[in-house]
Amino acid sequence: MDAVESVQRDSELPKQRLSESVDVDDTPTWVVYTPESPLRHPVRLLRHMIRDIVSGRELAWRLFVRNVKAQYRQSVLGYAWAFLPPVVTTGVFVFLRSQKVLNFDAPGNYTVYLLVGIVLWQTFVESLNAPLRMVSGSRAMLAKVNFPREALLVTAFSEVVFNLAIRLTLIVAVFIWFQPGLPSTLLLAPLGILALIGLGMSIGVLLVPLGLLYTDVGRGMGLISGFWMFLTPVLYQPPQTWPGNLVLWLNPVSPVLSVCRDWMLLGNTLYFTEFLMVTAVSLLFLLPLGLVMYRLAMPILIERM
Amino acid sequence: MAQGDVGISLEDVSKKYCRRLRTALWYGVKDIAAEFSGRSGFSHRKLRASEFWAVDQVSFQVGVGECVAMIGPNGAGKSTILKMINGLIKPDTGRIVLRGQVGSLIELGTGFNPVLTGRENIYVNASILGLSRNMVDQRLDEILDFAEIGDFIDAPVRSYSSGMTVRLGFSVAAHLRPQVLLIDEVLAVGDVAFKMKCFRHILSLINSGMSVIVVSHNVNLLSRVTDRALVMDGGRLCFDGALSEGSACYQSLVSPRIDETGCVTDKDQARIASVELINDAGDPQQDYWTGDTLRVRMLFTTTECVLGARINVNVDSPIAGLLAGISTPLTNFSFDIKAPSTVVELLLPNLPLLVGNYLLGVTLYGAEPGDFLDRRTPACAFKIIGPKTNSFGFGQSHIFRLEHEWNLAKL
Repeated sequence: MDAVESVQRDSELPKQRLSESVDVDDTPTWVVYTPESPLRHPVRLLRHMIRDIVSGRELAWRLFVRNVKAQYRQSVLGYAWAFLPPVVTTGVFVFLRSQKVLNFDAPGNYTVYLLVGIVLWQTFVESLNAPLRMVSGSRAMLAKVNFPREALLVTAFSEVVFNLAIRLTLIVAVFIWFQPGLPSTLLLAPLGILALIGLGMSIGVLLVPLGLLYTDVGRGMGLISGFWMFLTPVLYQPPQTWPGNLVLWLNPVSPVLSVCRDWMLLGNTLYFTEFLMVTAVSLLFLLPLGLVMYRLAMPILIERM
Repeated sequence: MAQGDVGISLEDVSKKYCRRLRTALWYGVKDIAAEFSGRSGFSHRKLRASEFWAVDQVSFQVGVGECVAMIGPNGAGKSTILKMINGLIKPDTGRIVLRGQVGSLIELGTGFNPVLTGRENIYVNASILGLSRNMVDQRLDEILDFAEIGDFIDAPVRSYSSGMTVRLGFSVAAHLRPQVLLIDEVLAVGDVAFKMKCFRHILSLINSGMSVIVVSHNVNLLSRVTDRALVMDGGRLCFDGALSEGSACYQSLVSPRIDETGCVTDKDQARIASVELINDAGDPQQDYWTGDTLRVRMLFTTTECVLGARINVNVDSPIAGLLAGISTPLTNFSFDIKAPSTVVELLLPNLPLLVGNYLLGVTLYGAEPGDFLDRRTPACAFKIIGPKTNSFGFGQSHIFRLEHEWNLAKL
C-alpha cells in the first residue's frame, strides 16, 4: 500500500477494523519512509508488490464495477458500443473489398477473418492504452489517498477483458452464421488472447510514468496505433515475401495476433515460435520491468500531480 | 519521549519542489531514472536550478495517543509533511518512522462517481480507503445515519448538493480506525450541526489512543482538541510547544506587521504614532483573562492642531473577523490633537472575550465627515489566556462570555 515504504515492517499490518473501541493493535508495526530507492532491497520490494496486488483485489473489483456501471448507465445503446466499432469497421472493409477497391485475400470467409482480426486488434490497442488512461483518470485519488496503486492496473486489465467478452458474443454469433466447422485449436485461443493483452499491457504499463509526466505520450499513442493497425496483419494475411514479411519480423504484435486468429479459424499456425518469443519477452521481462518502474515512479509522479 | 511511546517521528525531514513546471517534469524523468538505478538516500541533498525546500529539516515526535496541531500560513509546508507521513511522496532527506497504519481525513469522497448512487459510492470510497465490503456491510446503517441524507442515498450523487456530498464522504472516512490519523481542514463540512457532529466524532477518535496531527487555520477549534502546536513557516518548523504560544507565533506570521501598517496620507497631518496596551502601572501587557480591563494608550502626533478629532476602534479576531467597533462620538467624547503630541486612553472594562487572540484596529478622523487622517489595522494584539473554555462539557465556549441567569419557571 505504501509506495515509498523502505524498511521492513515487523509484522504485516492488521486489517483495518470497524469498531468504536480502541483498535490499536498490541503488536507494534513500524512503517519507515526514507529517500532511499526501494530497489536497494529487491526481495522486500517484490514482497510488497505482491502484497499490494493481492490486497488491492477488492478495490480493483470496486473500481471496475464503478467504471462499467458509470459508462453504461448513461447510455441508450449501452453494451452495443463495445461491438459497434468492429462491426462498422468490418462492414466498411468488406464493402471496399467487394467493390474491388481493396484486394485482400483471406483463407475462408473474409468477413469472419476480418472481424476476428479487428476484434483482436482492438483488444490489443485497449490493452496498450488502458493503463495510462486508468492511472491518468485517477490522478485526484492518487494525490490524496494512499491505496494499493497496482489495483488501478488490475482494473484496467479487467475492463479490457470485459470489453473483449462483449465482443466475443459478436464473434460467436458470426461463427454460427458463417463458419460451419471450427478447429480444435479454438480451445487454445484464450491463451493467445491473454498473451495479446499481456503484450499490450506490458508496453502500456511501461509508458505510464512518462505518460503521466508528458501528455505527448498519450496523444502519440493514439496517433501511432492508427498507423500500427495497417502495419499488422489485421486486414490481410501475413505476407510471406520480402519486404512485406517485415511486418512480421519487426512488429511484435503480428505473430501474437496471427497465432490467435489462426487458432480461432484455421487450426494450424506458422508463427508459433515468434509468438512464444514475443510472449516470453513481454510477460517475463517487459511486464515485471513496467510494474517495478510504475511502483518506483509513483511518489515522484504524485509530487507533480 | 521513550521510543516505545512514539507514534510519529520525523528526523531532519526535507522535501524539495521545483517552481517551473517544465523543469519539474524533466527532473521527474531524471528522478525516476535515478530511482531505477537504485540511488541511495544521500543523492538528493542538493537543490537543482529552480528548486526550493518546501520542507526544510523538520524534526518532531508525536506520542502514541497524542494529538498535535500543525499551524502555519499558506505554503508553509504543512500539507507536504502530511503527504510524506501518509506515504504519498518520499522525503528527500531524513527519515519518517510511524507506529502502525496511517489513515487520513484529508480528501472526502475520493473516487465518487456522479452517475452512481450514494449507496454505490459508499462502497467505492470505502474500498479506496481500505475498508472491505464486509466492514461496510456491518456499518452501513451507521454510515447512513451519520450522513443524514435520507432517501437521497439511492439517488445519483450528481443530484446532491455539495454539502451532502462531503457529508457522505466524511461519514465513510469517519469509520476508519488507523493508528496514525492525519486531519487536514475537514471541519469546514456542511452546516453547523453537522460540523459539531464531525467534531465530536474526531474528538472520540483522538481520545481512542491514536497519534493524531490536525492541520487547521482555526486556532480556536484546535484549542479544544490539543494543547500542543507545531508552527510551520517557509518550510521550517519555527515553534513546537504550547498551543497558546504557538497560536501567538502563528498570528504574528499571518498578521500584517503592526509597525508597517500605518496608512499616512500626508506627512503634515496628524497621525497615530503608537498604540499600546498597558496595565495599571503603565507597563506593557498583552495577556488578559476574561473580565479583565483592557487599557489602550494611543499616542497621536501632529504639526498642526486638529480640532474635534474622532477615533474609531475595532476589535478583530483572526478567526471570526470583526467583532465590535466603538468610536469617540458614540459617548460624546470630544478632544483635540495638539502639537506635537496628544495621548488618549481607552478603557474597556470587564472584557467579555473568551480564550483566543485578538487585534485592535484604530482609525483617526478629523472633525468633518470623510476627514480621514490615519489608520492602523492592526494597531496592537492581545491574548485572552483564561479561564479555559469547554465546548463539550458544561462550560462556556467560542468568542464571547454571555451574562446570563437560569431560573425555574412556573408552569
